[in-house]
Amino acid sequence: MSAGPLDPKTAPAFPMAAKAAMGDSQLRSNVRHATDVIQAKRARVVDEMPDWQALREAGKQIREHTMRHLDFYLEQFEANCTRAGGVVHWARDAAEARRIVVSLVKASGSDEVIKIKSMTTEEIQLNAALEAAGIQPYETDLAELIIQLGQDQPSHIVVPALHKNRQQIREIFQRTMHLPNLGDQPQDLADAARLFLREKFLRVKTGVSGANFLIAETGGVCVVESEGNGRMCLTLPETLITIAGIDKVLPRYQDLEVTLQLLPRSATGERMNPYNSIWTGVDPADGPRVFHIVLMDNARTEILADEEARQTLNCIRCGACQNACPVYRQTGGHAYGSVYAGPIGAILTPQLQEMHHAQSLPYASSLCGACYEVCPVKINIPEVLIHLRNKVVLQNTSGIAGLFDVEAAAMKAMAAIFRSERRFRAAQRLGRIAETPLVRKDEHGLGWISWLPGMLGGWSQTRDLREMPKETFRDWWEKRSGHDN
Amino acid sequence: MTTDKPLSARDQILHRIRVANGGTSNAATAQSGWSSLARGYKRSATQTRQGVLILLEDRLRDYDAHVIRSTPADVRRCVAETLAARGKHRLVMPAGFPAAWLPPSLTFVMDECMTPAELDQVDGVITGSTVAIAETGTVVLQNVLGQGRRAATLVPDYHLCLVSAYDVVETVPEAIARIQATATLSTTFVSGPSATADIEMTRIKGVHGPRFLDVILIV
Repeated sequence: MSAGPLDPKTAPAFPMAAKAAMGDSQLRSNVRHATDVIQAKRARVVDEMPDWQALREAGKQIREHTMRHLDFYLEQFEANCTRAGGVVHWARDAAEARRIVVSLVKASGSDEVIKIKSMTTEEIQLNAALEAAGIQPYETDLAELIIQLGQDQPSHIVVPALHKNRQQIREIFQRTMHLPNLGDQPQDLADAARLFLREKFLRVKTGVSGANFLIAETGGVCVVESEGNGRMCLTLPETLITIAGIDKVLPRYQDLEVTLQLLPRSATGERMNPYNSIWTGVDPADGPRVFHIVLMDNARTEILADEEARQTLNCIRCGACQNACPVYRQTGGHAYGSVYAGPIGAILTPQLQEMHHAQSLPYASSLCGACYEVCPVKINIPEVLIHLRNKVVLQNTSGIAGLFDVEAAAMKAMAAIFRSERRFRAAQRLGRIAETPLVRKDEHGLGWISWLPGMLGGWSQTRDLREMPKETFRDWWEKRSGHDN
Repeated sequence: MTTDKPLSARDQILHRIRVANGGTSNAATAQSGWSSLARGYKRSATQTRQGVLILLEDRLRDYDAHVIRSTPADVRRCVAETLAARGKHRLVMPAGFPAAWLPPSLTFVMDECMTPAELDQVDGVITGSTVAIAETGTVVLQNVLGQGRRAATLVPDYHLCLVSAYDVVETVPEAIARIQATATLSTTFVSGPSATADIEMTRIKGVHGPRFLDVILIV
């Protein structure tokens, strides 16, 4: 499917990648089916909750409050986790996080790790770094296993292999697990994964995980999952290494009463997902004897510093916005060129790149607001998209480069025209003359333009324009006023 | 030569946060801000006790758990019948599990640091529970007497969980309030047997955790 990792630095612009994805009818039908099912499940379990809007508001306020006091809560988490026997590390960026994790795995004496699905490890491309250091990572989430064995990339933050159907998954498992007679029922495929991974769970001594929530008050960590592969990785190894963005903190244990209601219903359409694990540091009688946690910034503090965009950090990674998005539902996730796809990816990815890459993503939206409506912590994604579009324009039009930017020049010209009535009238007259060779009459005698030259061509690619009226409203009004007087 | 030490990653990240937030936070301001957060959602039961128990049974069944009602006097017989129906003979049990609930005809192995491979060899595991949440069909296990460590309820393919009606609450907030005092113990929320919807969003029972979950509700 997609060759190489999803890297916003090298990915093609969204319109190009989207166009290619739109040509893959199998992909589109898989994505459509999966997002339809998940949306219907979500709607059913959300409708059960008469207090859903109050929960969303509480979720939003908890997350906003956390960001306002992030320094305090991170220090509190560090102190409590350390007191409970955990070892806390800090990483400024992806490279530092990778270095820390690789050296911790090496220190654990293992040359293989079992991994829980973690978008944070995808964000920093941890698997490639582990492999380069001679460490074999085994993905243990079913979807991540499908991705890893198929040498594919995740296309959704909750259901990363949502773009694959059962026949495609069977083909991957047949080939990589050497099971020529494997059936294509979901149960057959899950059973194959169970057998394939069980031996690794019982043998591998080092586990790597992400985190859903870090609890400042207790120093505890919470991981939410379905299959039990997470529990295996958190419980059976001797060493556990968890990597979490600094945005994952919750102030208090009690705050779980909000997030553990919002997340499962929004993410998988379940009242509660099968397993939530909460552990605090090291318990000599239960689970790993060594626990490390890496707290990673990787541009999150940049986002925090932008007052209008900082709500991006409130995200609890449920994926509901992806399922609801009319753009994502057409293109699937890979077109976004980032492990964070869909509406949340459109705002998160360019900001994680400090706006230097993925500049087309804030435009990968019709601003319809479906994402905002389903967001369990009420992130106003359309508002952030517009803010980021503004940032992209400002960045591209500042300095010398801006003088040569065609779009910026056109916008400046437009502004000058709209400022003066005389110039506006002249432009209208000019427009009527200029359009003449492009207008074709239909059977009703109406004029249509179906092709525009140069940059304007983007407009006429998917729609026809009516020709300009022979008489403007303004002309008509003036004539009419003249009669009345 | 300069004597300035380069900032550690920790100090640099905290510094960036403080710059972004326009100042340093502290316990007092965090506390007062947290106390005034809106919590307009449901935080206590709205149904009768009987209604809550029926809701728990319904929600557990909805997620593929098998639920049996019993009375305190009848638990042992109920355990024997349930295990016989499943064809389970040799189960692991945590320290502190009530001996009075164990049918003498079956083998129960005390979990004394069994290795994962040893846990993989038993027919199943029997435990109590700390609290159960009716609205979500969830049982909560903690590392205490009668419930034990996490690996023992994970590796075996079958889990028989005993829930006392006293420990059943209606909502998630009530459950969190009950376990707040033991928040630092290893804790697992179990809502039905292991499942996945990773293939075409079809829910399939049983991947890596126990594929079968039976709950005896003691009323």
